Amino acid sequence: MSFFIETVLGGLMVGLLYSLIALGFVLIFKASGVFNFAQGAMVLFAALAMARFAEWIPGWIGIENQLVANTLAFVLAAVLMFVAAWLIVRLVLRHLVNQDIATLLMVTLGIAYFLEGFGQTVFGSSIYKIDVGMPKDPVIILEGVFEGGVLLNLEDIVAGLIAAALVAALALFFQKTSTGRALRAVADDHQAAQSIGIPLNRIWVIVWCVAGVTALVAGIIWGSKLGVQFSLALVALRALPVVILGGLTSVPGAIVAGLIIGVGEKVSEVYLGPYVGGGIEIWFAYVLALVVLLFRPQGLFGEKIIDRV
Amino acid sequence: MIYRENGQFKGSYAADQQIFPIAQDRWAVAGMVALAFLVVPLLANDYFLRAILTPFLILSLAALGVNLLVGYCGQITLGAGAFMAVGAYAAYNLMIRVDGMPLLAAFLLGGLCAAAVGILFGIPSLRVRGLYLAVATLAAQFFVDWAFLRIGWFTNHSSSGSVSVGNLQIFGWNIHSPADRYYLCLLFVVAFALLAKNMTRSAIGRQWMAIRDMDVAAAVIGIRPMFAKLSAFAVSSFFLGVAGALWGFIHLSSWEPAAFSLERSLQLLFMVIIGGLGSILGSFLGAAFIIMLPIFLNQFLPWIGGLFGLAVSTELVSHTEFMIFGVLIVFFLIVEPHGLARLWSIGKEKLRLWPFPH
Repeated sequence: MSFFIETVLGGLMVGLLYSLIALGFVLIFKASGVFNFAQGAMVLFAALAMARFAEWIPGWIGIENQLVANTLAFVLAAVLMFVAAWLIVRLVLRHLVNQDIATLLMVTLGIAYFLEGFGQTVFGSSIYKIDVGMPKDPVIILEGVFEGGVLLNLEDIVAGLIAAALVAALALFFQKTSTGRALRAVADDHQAAQSIGIPLNRIWVIVWCVAGVTALVAGIIWGSKLGVQFSLALVALRALPVVILGGLTSVPGAIVAGLIIGVGEKVSEVYLGPYVGGGIEIWFAYVLALVVLLFRPQGLFGEKIIDRV
Repeated sequence: MIYRENGQFKGSYAADQQIFPIAQDRWAVAGMVALAFLVVPLLANDYFLRAILTPFLILSLAALGVNLLVGYCGQITLGAGAFMAVGAYAAYNLMIRVDGMPLLAAFLLGGLCAAAVGILFGIPSLRVRGLYLAVATLAAQFFVDWAFLRIGWFTNHSSSGSVSVGNLQIFGWNIHSPADRYYLCLLFVVAFALLAKNMTRSAIGRQWMAIRDMDVAAAVIGIRPMFAKLSAFAVSSFFLGVAGALWGFIHLSSWEPAAFSLERSLQLLFMVIIGGLGSILGSFLGAAFIIMLPIFLNQFLPWIGGLFGLAVSTELVSHTEFMIFGVLIVFFLIVEPHGLARLWSIGKEKLRLWPFPH
């Protein structure tokens, strides 16, 4: 029993991290109708920037303090992501308004190739460490309830808390600020939003910036777990079923679906995997999402698709 | 002046409905095919045949298959590589498990197996649409990747799913030299391109296009969405399966599942979109563009570096290649979102009026 709970809790932690990446997809899709395949590349790029800046900054300013270095690196990486967001909207997306979804998908793939190549040219392509002082010790909880207790990784708990805090902050931003209201208006209806004077271009830059920051946070958390390397870009592929399961346009959907997929993946791998040869994590999430889509084609929380001739 | 249809009258319905109603088109295509069959093998050296022309032909065939599904039926797929893998491994299993299996039959049966798997993974398309479907087709990609890596029976229990073939023979014709391989691929491509062209001109192709333009409206005027969508998946997967078998048997000779990974699927989608959605010619142009670009960059970058007296490391070259590839894709899609085929048709319009455009 305690092993089962460990598995489920582990799944929930991973799930929160998936939702963090999925949020990036959902934000951009809601505001501009672009399915951003470059989200994974953005995670890699942001994490590379963070890791290398944290390494270089003590040499630049001459202060050997990890906290200072990490804070400055975070700010620099965030600024870099803002610049990237502005450039992407300015140079690419503005020219592609109202294009086919397939064309837009391919454009973001092109952006992904560029970011991967550029990031590795500038920041190098070995494996780098991000050390933001996350505790690494395992802890045992609920010892009174089960025999042996439940073994948890403190790092996972902190990561989960950070992800939850970010999600809450985003929810507040969307619900309570005027910019957030403008973002929701654009998501609902581009033309109506434009006709009451909401500048679409600026809104797009803001969403890409927000997506860039979520990519940075996701990159830092994943990076400190796995090390910063090319495979970070592939983590986004694990988050894709989360996006469609939750619904492409729903922020709460991304979070709930992230948790479902995280738990489903871990439980299936542990209890089903041994019978079929293991390694089923990668496709199990997709098949799960696919089965749900057969019953709800718009995902769990997506807007209902209404067809008119 | 050169390209003008004035004075070409048609006396019968058959003449009006032929594939190339304009004489210049007919001659141009006939000339291209003759060139490909007679002149190219004489001029090209072994490296050119083996490393550029054969992959180009096989991937054009695969791009044709993707174009039938994405461009003509409007169902975006990110899992094209999976169906190539099914075709390749099915053909391999047929060759080693059935005694005296002819190679040609193995290729076609491999295509049929891919078509069956394609129908299976096409079933969600009856309810799921657009981007949801695109992501859902990734399920096929990852499942097939996993199956050929982990289920030993498919790969005859070889480690990491790598298999190899040798001794290829069709009706006593030993396919060994690069020229032989090129000829075989060319035969397949010509036959399948003709098939694809005719399918898109016939009832089934029109049904696909109606579904693409608006599936509810198509259902209202009496097109069965189930038949149209699943047939598109089946035909597309058949093309991909045959292309996969050719890729494995003719081009690679020994391969593992990584040869048909997500990269391949995305590459095929790139070809179709850069070439032009819903265009047979576009599939070929897109394949040529996507294959030539990395080779060109690979040769060109060290040369540029040498010009400025810089020694360019291979690592830097590969990263810069990524960057330039990405930029060119983005640039190209901004300049011409409808692909190379549209550029070609604009060019033809201009040629009709040349040299008196007003």
